[in-house]
Amino acid sequence: MVYLVPLFPLIGFLVNGIFRNSLSKTFTGLIGSGVILASFIVSLVLFLNVKSGGVLPVEPLFQFINIPAFKIDFAFQVDQLSCLFLLIITGVGFLIHVYSTSYMHEEEPGHFARYFSYLNLFVFSMLLLVLGANYVIMFIGWEGVGLCSYLLIGYWFKNDSYNYAAKKAFVMNRIGDLGFLLGIFWLLAKLGTANYNDVFSDVSQLSPTDITGITVLLFIGAMGKSAQIPLYTWLPDAMAGPTPVSALIHAATMVTAGIYMVARSNVLYSASAVAGNLVAIVGIATALFSATIAIKQNDIKKVLAYSTVSQLGYMFLGLGVGAYTGAVFHVMTHAFFKALLFLGAGSVIHAIHNQQDIRYMGGLKKYLPVTHITFLAGCIAISGIPPFSGFFSKDEILAAAYAKNPVYWVLGVIGAGMTAFYMFRLYATTFLGTFRGTEEQKHHLHESPIAITTPLLVLGILSVIGGFVNVPEVLGGEQQLHHFLAPVLKTENAEAVHELGSSKEFMLMAISIGVAALAILIALSKYTKKPELDEPAGFGKVLANKWYIDEIYDALVVNPLAYLGSFFKNVIDKSGIDGFVNGVGTFIQYSSRRLRLVQNGKVGTYILYMVFSIAILWAVLWNQADIIKFFQKIF
Amino acid sequence: MIALSLILVPVIGGLIALFIRNENTAKVFSLLVSCITLVLAITGVCSNQTAQLHYDAAWMPDLGSRITLGLDGLSKILSLLTALSLPIIITATYKNSYSNTGKFYGLMFLCQAGMLGVFLSMDALLFYFFWELALIPAYFLCSIWGGEKRIQVTFKFFIYTFVGSLLMLIAILFVYFKTADHSFALQSFYHAKLSASQENWMFWLFFIALAIKMPVFPLHTWQPDTYEQSPTAFTMMLSGVMVKMGVFAVIRWLLPVFPHASQTNGSFIIILAVIGMLYASLIAIQQDDLKRLIAYSSIAHIGLMCAALFTGQQAGTQGVIIQMFNHGINIIGLWIVADAIEKNMGTRKFSELGGLAQRAPTLAILLVVMGLANVALPLTNAFIGEFLMFNGLFRYNPVIAGIAGISIILAAVYTLNMIQKIFYGNTVALTETAHDSSFNVNAALVILVIIVVVFGVYPQPILNLTQGTEMVITKIP
Repeated sequence: MVYLVPLFPLIGFLVNGIFRNSLSKTFTGLIGSGVILASFIVSLVLFLNVKSGGVLPVEPLFQFINIPAFKIDFAFQVDQLSCLFLLIITGVGFLIHVYSTSYMHEEEPGHFARYFSYLNLFVFSMLLLVLGANYVIMFIGWEGVGLCSYLLIGYWFKNDSYNYAAKKAFVMNRIGDLGFLLGIFWLLAKLGTANYNDVFSDVSQLSPTDITGITVLLFIGAMGKSAQIPLYTWLPDAMAGPTPVSALIHAATMVTAGIYMVARSNVLYSASAVAGNLVAIVGIATALFSATIAIKQNDIKKVLAYSTVSQLGYMFLGLGVGAYTGAVFHVMTHAFFKALLFLGAGSVIHAIHNQQDIRYMGGLKKYLPVTHITFLAGCIAISGIPPFSGFFSKDEILAAAYAKNPVYWVLGVIGAGMTAFYMFRLYATTFLGTFRGTEEQKHHLHESPIAITTPLLVLGILSVIGGFVNVPEVLGGEQQLHHFLAPVLKTENAEAVHELGSSKEFMLMAISIGVAALAILIALSKYTKKPELDEPAGFGKVLANKWYIDEIYDALVVNPLAYLGSFFKNVIDKSGIDGFVNGVGTFIQYSSRRLRLVQNGKVGTYILYMVFSIAILWAVLWNQADIIKFFQKIF
Repeated sequence: MIALSLILVPVIGGLIALFIRNENTAKVFSLLVSCITLVLAITGVCSNQTAQLHYDAAWMPDLGSRITLGLDGLSKILSLLTALSLPIIITATYKNSYSNTGKFYGLMFLCQAGMLGVFLSMDALLFYFFWELALIPAYFLCSIWGGEKRIQVTFKFFIYTFVGSLLMLIAILFVYFKTADHSFALQSFYHAKLSASQENWMFWLFFIALAIKMPVFPLHTWQPDTYEQSPTAFTMMLSGVMVKMGVFAVIRWLLPVFPHASQTNGSFIIILAVIGMLYASLIAIQQDDLKRLIAYSSIAHIGLMCAALFTGQQAGTQGVIIQMFNHGINIIGLWIVADAIEKNMGTRKFSELGGLAQRAPTLAILLVVMGLANVALPLTNAFIGEFLMFNGLFRYNPVIAGIAGISIILAAVYTLNMIQKIFYGNTVALTETAHDSSFNVNAALVILVIIVVVFGVYPQPILNLTQGTEMVITKIP
């Protein structure tokens, strides 16, 4: 039955892709969303099965690669971790498909169907990624989602800057993929298998160097896919794609693939302190760094994009300090509220005719009531205010970070404060105050249709209550998610957190809530009346320009390689190698012309040659033995 | 019997085609003959009967050379590629017109026969004979039907490969004299007794010939020019199949006949090949000409094959064997698109193209799929080969594998560049009036796309064919 889950979206992709020019938009939308709903229902059944203890055995569908060196089966693994991701992908995915039927309605039918076929293909690849029972199948899904991301970022392919953004995303992901691939090779070379079950039970056969090498290489893959320093710059550019795509791929699902991968490999990561620390440091650094950029962005989607990068950083911090459940929990709540925020942003963009600059918004509260209230819920959730969902998941990560090293916690709280600040800067500038757009836009301001508001409401509710699945013990909860995931995720950190004692836990919690609440108040008071409309100056300009990281990459990597390429092309290949080859040809022609002159018909010259030749022959005869030895040596 | 008829059918068909005057008759006849060869090849691939797959007859008894042909796993895969490529090429270029159509197709058949002979020969002299037989029609095809600079380019191609062939002949004759029973038979060659330095010298003579053919950096400069100037139908044959003769001969002849020299010189060749991969990839990124981009991309891919061959890792070698097939399929696909664009637009320059996806959506989709195969995306055929080859390279030396791996990033850059510059963006003056690809082009591409996907999702049947060559490969420890 598990094969049905990815099969439905694949069918949707094929139907919408092949018949894209003959299907009506209604039918396309029905097929596109319907197949995801079907997958969701099957996933739900699987989830309930697993919850009641019925983990399915791994059974290969067919042998993918079977050679003497290793075997790789095309097999799926349905366990607690993959089930949870199935629900997130198909559940949130379904809502976003429904949303898209309205959001993309102005497209021509052929392109509308193309959009849905890409989206279905994405869900298919993503399901492959989380369902695979070995790293190779995960890699197939991994590159598959990268392809769909490429296709969807560049969906409006007439716009060249979108195409560049799409290409950038694909290439940067490929850098990470190379690391992933090398990690798989390392595993195959040492263990001869890439099956999760076999790898995790054979960890003892790996030397510490092997484990560190493998985990670091795999993490490079995660850095690319989940947009961590230094491979994050593609994600903000990826906002070129349609907004529902940003919600689904670049917020809720694909970018969390790196977290899934590390969580899935938690047995390996727990065995390597180096890798654990690397993951935590990269995570917290990314969380803080991108939060600083988000503070000065004026494009509504860019703010959310940097916020996503930052939240992914938190998840990696959680993974690095061993809070695997916390990280996965945050994946889930983040899927709810970040998808909600993106869809809300889409609703806003839709309402004011493709304006994305928040400086030309303002006062939208009264025009878009549903969008406003759900967006606000998302903002509170991401800021970590209880009892909204983001609070619980972020708190779990921060508590674990404190148990590991208080410095991580301090940095994490600073980041949380910045998160609350930039989110409410965004909220206040967009929804509060007065409208700053054109009269015509103001005239057309309207709440979005029901296909858009319904997903917003559902996600809004989930953002509010989603955290209750894992209420910590200190607040009297039962940590259901924690127990559910216990069979697949290591829980060593839970004891460390427990040892902190409940009073300390309460104090940590209070501080982080206090910081967030303070940041919210500052942001609201600062930007409600007087939004930031001028071009930033001084340090603000550095932040607005994203620390000039793209320019630095261009100067350090892209341009030198391009220069090297044209040097190879024009100098080495053309003048160097080919010049040499042609030179040999010319030389032979030249020397044969010269050699012709030897036979000049003069008796004197011939006698001279004869004398020289006799002298050479004499020399050869004298040294015969040596010469023969020389030839014997050669042959 | 299949083994012999695989060569005889194209020879006879080709000789007949040479004398067909009428253009349409020549095309229909050629398509028919190429399909017969394909059916024969498929029968051969599926067959297990030794009697069917082997042929042995006296040829030059005094010299110790026999006509020995055999279809083992390795030659099955390559015969299938050779036989499959011609019907696809003929279909895709069906609307191209040539002066002297009959002669053109006749020479293509003779070339195909020569290549099949190379792949089937189990006798060194016979191998050499077919090697040259395949080259002679190639010179004519390029010099008669080629582009503006064809004479100059063909001359270079000729000199390059001719020098290589001579070196190879010397090596073959030398080994022949060192065989116990003075025979050209494959098995006698495998057991020839050479001293270490003799083996080393002969290895290099033989290898240079193959390295020119593949081509391996820095012996590659004949290739982009030749690909550019040859008639596209022949370029497809040359890049899709003929360059595989070099890779094939490494597996069939070079590694087993000179096992020690292969091992001692392996690291040098691998480093050279990896340099070539990155070098060619960086040049490909800078190309403004579609054909030259594909040519350099191919040099990079062949570089990986060459590197994987000398790792002595079985997984790597199996990867090379299936990659020979897959690379052939994929590059023919790319040439078909290149030809369709050139015929349609009159240019291959990226700077003069753009926005074609709006006018030719079908062609765009088909090129995207071929492009994805070119970057070895999973579930396309090339992924399996590259996965195994990089795996072999990693087992040989992880650092070299990592450096070589940079080429998969660069491959994404130039392939996506190509797709973007031709198909995306707004239409320009040239593409404004363009129309979508014709039926025969689409048909050929769809067949290739199906092969790409089927062998990408379910590669096991073709992987099974590579198992038989194990014994030969593991000889270099």
